[in-house]
Amino acid sequence: MDVMAIIRIAMRALARNKMRSSLTMLGIIIGVGAVIAMVSVGQGAQQQAQQQIAAMGSNILFVGSGTVTRGGMRMGSGATKTLIYEDMLAILRECPAVQAAAPGSQSSAQVVYGNDNWATQINGTEPQYFDIRTWPFQQGSSFTPNDVDMAANVAVIGETVRKNLFGATDPVGETIRISNLPFKVVGVLAPKGTSAAMGQDQDDVIIVPITTLQKKITGQDWLRWIMVSAISREASYTAQQQITSLLRDRHRIRSGQDDDFMVRNLADVADLADQQARLFTVLLASIASISLIVGGIGIMNIMLVSVTERTREIGIRMAIGATEGDVQQQFLIEAVVLSLVGGAVGIMSGVGASYLITQTLGWPVLVSPTAIVAAVVFSMAVGIFFGFYPARKAARMDPIEALRYE
Amino acid sequence: MATISQPDVHVNAPGAHGTIIEIDDVHKYYDLGETRVHALRGVSLQIERGEFVAIMGASGSGKSTFMNILGCLDKPTSGRYLLEGIEASSLSKKELAAIRNRKIGFVFQGFNLLSRTTALENVELPTLYAHISKEESRKRSEQALQLVGLGDRTMHFPSQLSGGQQQRVAIARGLVNRPSILLADEPTGNLDSRTSVEIMDIFQRLNGDGLTVVLVTHEPDVAQFAKRSIEFRDGKIRRDEPIHDRPIAADVLKNMPTLED
Repeated sequence: MDVMAIIRIAMRALARNKMRSSLTMLGIIIGVGAVIAMVSVGQGAQQQAQQQIAAMGSNILFVGSGTVTRGGMRMGSGATKTLIYEDMLAILRECPAVQAAAPGSQSSAQVVYGNDNWATQINGTEPQYFDIRTWPFQQGSSFTPNDVDMAANVAVIGETVRKNLFGATDPVGETIRISNLPFKVVGVLAPKGTSAAMGQDQDDVIIVPITTLQKKITGQDWLRWIMVSAISREASYTAQQQITSLLRDRHRIRSGQDDDFMVRNLADVADLADQQARLFTVLLASIASISLIVGGIGIMNIMLVSVTERTREIGIRMAIGATEGDVQQQFLIEAVVLSLVGGAVGIMSGVGASYLITQTLGWPVLVSPTAIVAAVVFSMAVGIFFGFYPARKAARMDPIEALRYE
Repeated sequence: MATISQPDVHVNAPGAHGTIIEIDDVHKYYDLGETRVHALRGVSLQIERGEFVAIMGASGSGKSTFMNILGCLDKPTSGRYLLEGIEASSLSKKELAAIRNRKIGFVFQGFNLLSRTTALENVELPTLYAHISKEESRKRSEQALQLVGLGDRTMHFPSQLSGGQQQRVAIARGLVNRPSILLADEPTGNLDSRTSVEIMDIFQRLNGDGLTVVLVTHEPDVAQFAKRSIEFRDGKIRRDEPIHDRPIAADVLKNMPTLED
């Protein structure tokens, strides 16, 4: 008996009980749909994390002023004044794994434009900062090294600031007031979104020359951070070691004493975020898989009912020449057809659900072909696994008994 | 009405001679825990090609057990059963299934058609297990349905057919693989007397075309249409004799009132 004929018989048998077949399939549909939707959400998150970290630059190191203990009082991070501009120069000079570095100082202030005002973070740095962070401009451009030398009142604003202060107005060339000082807007940064690693809005920022910030706003001459790029992602670990030992040396920290700075390697953060997203995917997929298994048990349940109910049919088929193998094949294929059709509909609903999640919740979703293939293979396996026992039960029937069954 | 319109459709009736069934000292026991039921106690029998045999007996006489062995649904505990020279008592389950498929056509008391399946598809069922091409299978099934007078009912479901028509579909199904024997187990048990005679008319005509028919029944009225009558009692053949002056079902029908009268 050829396979096509058996599949035809199976389809017909399933079509005879449309309600029951579709309810049975529902289990598989939900299972497969859930697996695909959940894996898509997980992989979307993973991809977004990777993209954000790539956007941030995975070869970036963040050197921050650290904690210090004064008379038994531990000050918060950024409390030290020991990180200075010369440290940055030394890093550039003495750490071969380092490609570029930008100094950073920060403050926060109320910013006013016309009738609107907005409280935001003010970062002071040098123009190479935008290169290190690979942060492009959507309008205008960076301030220049000359602006830094002159401590000019120029500012680059982030997308969030632009939206809140300017709305539809073109900000480039306009003047804003930061701590009552007038600043000319020279550029608007492209939106970067929320940082996956830090969870903060990276676009809610105004960037001015570091000299301007230090001299005119904060009055501090030490640095809050140094943004460093290593020559490659792999070199970032070497750079981390080189910077740490250089700064310990420069800050005269004896062995056994805590650093008065900290070096964060974004490759670490990237790995961590990636790992978390992966874990998230696996977790979601395994929860969804449970519903697929429950769906499989549903198939087994219905197939067992079906075998009992169709005892007479089995008897007839055996009497007119079906072998045990024929009967087993028939019921097995019925179960597989159920699970595969359910799987196909499940894929559609899973992809649909993923699309819906993107549309309604705005979550990034990545429908991966791997998940679809896995779902098909898995649902077929579920059909074979849970269809086997009922099919065997059918095949083992005694035709005489089966024919007599009422 | 059962009009047999296509007498040329052949029903595996080549040389009308030779022994088709040979049963030699067959015993059958059933072990039911402590007790042992001795259903057949040494049955020996020969059926020639082209015979029309009625097997009679009360319930418990062993005729159903005999029927199951004859139909290769069961094996004798001891003794030999040769079907067209093949030792059926020594075959595997798979081989028995093939024998049932090719050499035996079954007709049951309860018709045993698949519900929600058209008459044609019901008739096609045995061909699915016989590796026959779809076209050939369709052709044979249509012919078989014409042979039993249901050429115009191929797309009807069993629920849309009368009992007599359902039984004729079952007969067509029994014929479709051109078996050596047609084995009918109480085929008229669920039918009224006129329809019963109609079914016997079909059997007589098929037998007239050369098909060997074995009919199991407990009704003497039905058995009288056969050519030979065998009676079972207590697991043994008690009587085995030819039927003389058997009535022709077609003539009986002419003198019977139709259901509408």
